[in-house]
Amino acid sequence: MGILEVKGVNKRFGGLQALGDVNLSVAENTVHAIIGPNGAGKSTLLNCLVGKLIPDTGSVMFDGQSVLGRAPYEINQMGISRVFQTPEIFGDLTVMENMMIPCFAKRDGAFELNAMPSVGSQKDIIERAESVLEDMNMADKRHMHSASLSRGDKRRLEIGMCLSQEPRLLLLDEPTAGMARADTNNTIDLLKQIKDERDITIAIIEHDMHVVFSLAERITVLAQGTPLVEDTPENIKGHPKVREAYLGESA
Amino acid sequence: MFGLDKKDKSLLAIVAILTLLAPFILNPFPTDSAMAQFNAGYPDLMQRFVIFGIFAVGFNILFGLTGYLSFGHAAFLGVGSYSAVWMFKLLSYNIIPAIILAVIIAGLFSLLIGFVSLRRSGIYFSILTLAFAQMSFALAYSVLSNPKFNLTNGETGLQVYNDDPQILQGANAPDLPHLFGLSMRSTYTMEIGPWAFDFNAGYYVCAVIMMVAFYLAIRIFRSPFGMMLRAVKSNQQRMNYTGLNTRPYTLAAFVISGMYAGLAGGLMAAMDPLAGAERMQWTASGEVVLMTILGGAGTLIGPVLGAGFIKYFENIFSKINDNVLHGWFAFLPDGLEDFVVTIIHPFVGKGWHLTLGLMFMMVVIFLPGGLVEGGQRLAAWVRGKRNKGKDKTTGKTEPAE
Repeated sequence: MGILEVKGVNKRFGGLQALGDVNLSVAENTVHAIIGPNGAGKSTLLNCLVGKLIPDTGSVMFDGQSVLGRAPYEINQMGISRVFQTPEIFGDLTVMENMMIPCFAKRDGAFELNAMPSVGSQKDIIERAESVLEDMNMADKRHMHSASLSRGDKRRLEIGMCLSQEPRLLLLDEPTAGMARADTNNTIDLLKQIKDERDITIAIIEHDMHVVFSLAERITVLAQGTPLVEDTPENIKGHPKVREAYLGESA
Repeated sequence: MFGLDKKDKSLLAIVAILTLLAPFILNPFPTDSAMAQFNAGYPDLMQRFVIFGIFAVGFNILFGLTGYLSFGHAAFLGVGSYSAVWMFKLLSYNIIPAIILAVIIAGLFSLLIGFVSLRRSGIYFSILTLAFAQMSFALAYSVLSNPKFNLTNGETGLQVYNDDPQILQGANAPDLPHLFGLSMRSTYTMEIGPWAFDFNAGYYVCAVIMMVAFYLAIRIFRSPFGMMLRAVKSNQQRMNYTGLNTRPYTLAAFVISGMYAGLAGGLMAAMDPLAGAERMQWTASGEVVLMTILGGAGTLIGPVLGAGFIKYFENIFSKINDNVLHGWFAFLPDGLEDFVVTIIHPFVGKGWHLTLGLMFMMVVIFLPGGLVEGGQRLAAWVRGKRNKGKDKTTGKTEPAE
């Protein structure tokens, strides 16, 4: 029984069957990649996991509890953090403030009217945020406006913000999309380090096979809204069905 | 002290000094000089400066921090005024219960309106608040003033009549709003040479309340709650996926700013025990938006500056009529004098809105951060000049070494 169990999920947009009978099980403390050609339904599936979309039928269980019908913030409070395709950070705030907000969310929950004490008096939050910034190698950028960070640093910050909440499941939506090769390799190294150092389950959606094969322990191939195969990276590489889905039948 | 850092403490100190010494600062010209009409240090106007300062500071907590632009905040101001006058009618002319009820009722009313309006954001939110405010105006103006149930007294405006109960009104208490016997209208005029300075009890009550309100706003700005509000403005998507529910945050900001508006409305009634529906009209809501943007949205001192600026224009610029202009330009030859007066005429007196509009456009185009940004740029320019001066001197001394 995995930490994330998706059973019989269907999602239809008008005449388009985006997801057809998807079953997926992500085992605890593994890195599980979901790959597939454009339009395979990867992002739709991800949106069903985080509460942005509600599947027409089927169930999504996280750690034995259903996530369906819950708002994104409730699902996050259950222990699922999401990294977006384009880094979603608080661009008007400094790097340090960006890092403190998830720490507050972890400590105080979804809402807390903490209007009289100053931010500077919240020593535990500051310590926590600083230690995560150290881990991310961003301590020297703490006073910078986060909007002025490079693409790679924004991604690093976003991952750090998610990790500061100590999630049990980290969802990554094409974390290296649009990145230069050097930034991509940095991100891969960072994710490897996270996987080695922490008890965390990572589910990753990715186009870039280099990223997938450097990180994943299990791979699910999605095509036209249905899982084709699920296997280890070694077996996926030579799988005829996968080649067919990516390259067309004649290959 | 006060739980503020050094910078905020000095800001608070500056505001305190300016408000306490306002009777001097606003009356720089001798009473019988030609410039006396630019004096703004009379009680009525000084009261309006600080009351609208409170209104704008509260509005800024919503608009400056969360970015939600409400076009209906005058409704809360009006509700505050009505509540205060009702307290005068039922209890007594003491302003304390009136102000407390004004804040509570405005808070409840903003909770209701905010709960519905905050289901949408951006322009839809603005339109919803505008619609609610206009409905409140219509209610106050006609619906709630029928003979069977007269809550607002319609066109005439709500006021205190001799046959009102006033159950707590003491026999010797002043027949006007007062603070435990100290009438809000009592004024001490200090005359020094040709100058006259008015010290008005009502003004100082408002000023002290504004300092408290301003202090609380600083605390909110610097708190984790304030940081969350800025995060709402920056990226709601990230908020939601970070486990934070944005709705209660925005609603709390809305209610707090509504209570500030209610406080301002209550104080207006406390200075002049009359509440009319026109206080709730959309132009009044628009005015506080102008004040906040003109001064600098999202800054602490900006809204206070904006409020003072607009109120000064409204009351001083509007008094310059053709007679005054002719007086000023009397030294010019007759034809030229008439010509100059004709040119200036549309911009002063009843045309003060035109000048204000032009200035507002200039500020928005050239100083998007409002008057505060203007001040910062000026300070940076002065500092830059001074540093340049230093560089030159060091440049001169270097060859000698």
